Amino acid sequence: MIVWRAYAAVGVGSALGSTLRYLVSLALAGPAFPWATLAVNALGSWLIVGFAAYAARRTRGRVASWQPFLAGGFCGGFTTFSLFGLETLALMHQGHRAAALGYVVASLLLWLVAAWAGHRTGQWLAAARG
Amino acid sequence: MSIDPLVLLVVAGGGGLGGMARLAVGNLVARYLGAGLPWGTLVVNLSGALLMGLAAGMLGLSGPETGLTWPLLAIGLLGGYTTVSTFSLQTLTLWQQRRKAAALGYVALTLGAGVAALAVGAWLAGGLP
Repeated sequence: MIVWRAYAAVGVGSALGSTLRYLVSLALAGPAFPWATLAVNALGSWLIVGFAAYAARRTRGRVASWQPFLAGGFCGGFTTFSLFGLETLALMHQGHRAAALGYVVASLLLWLVAAWAGHRTGQWLAAARG
Repeated sequence: MSIDPLVLLVVAGGGGLGGMARLAVGNLVARYLGAGLPWGTLVVNLSGALLMGLAAGMLGLSGPETGLTWPLLAIGLLGGYTTVSTFSLQTLTLWQQRRKAAALGYVALTLGAGVAALAVGAWLAGGLP
């Protein structure tokens, strides 16, 4: 039964995350550069590492028990690797090679800086709650 | 910006199924290849990239004019199946464990093979329109 609860939590979280990602893409639609995916992937990286760092310090807390829903579910569905790749390929296909390269480099840097910042944020919040 | 509730529903359904498929594939791969490197997420992201290439080759590069197929398959299912957040978490964790070569290899493999898998998928489907 525990297995099915994990699948349900991840499924519902991923459905919510995907829907929110779609809404962000509608709100930021327009420019040729894929700002929306860049933003959701960075934000999702910040969140998932924040949750993980917080849960590691507060192992019996609410964030820890909601981890499948929050991490694999919401953050997993909110962020997307396949659409990031498709946008890169599309930029290359349209002849915007510099933009494609810039998109990949900016994405990677932003994802990892966001992850590092999430680690600090999660640790700080866990410590602040004593 | 106009929001079609049916499209939202389709994205949510696809995203939910994609997330559960990610969990299933991730668990299965981890059981066979171990947890030394994050193989599960790597397999998920590379297979998702290949399928996204196939979808783009067959359906064209998105656009709301394609009805519900693109929101269901690409934005929902494949978008929710693949993940960047877990990739970022795993890369940071490898780095913090001082497994810097593994972290760099994981990043290079994900980005390099991911874009290549997409191009192969699109090529198999007859190329991007």
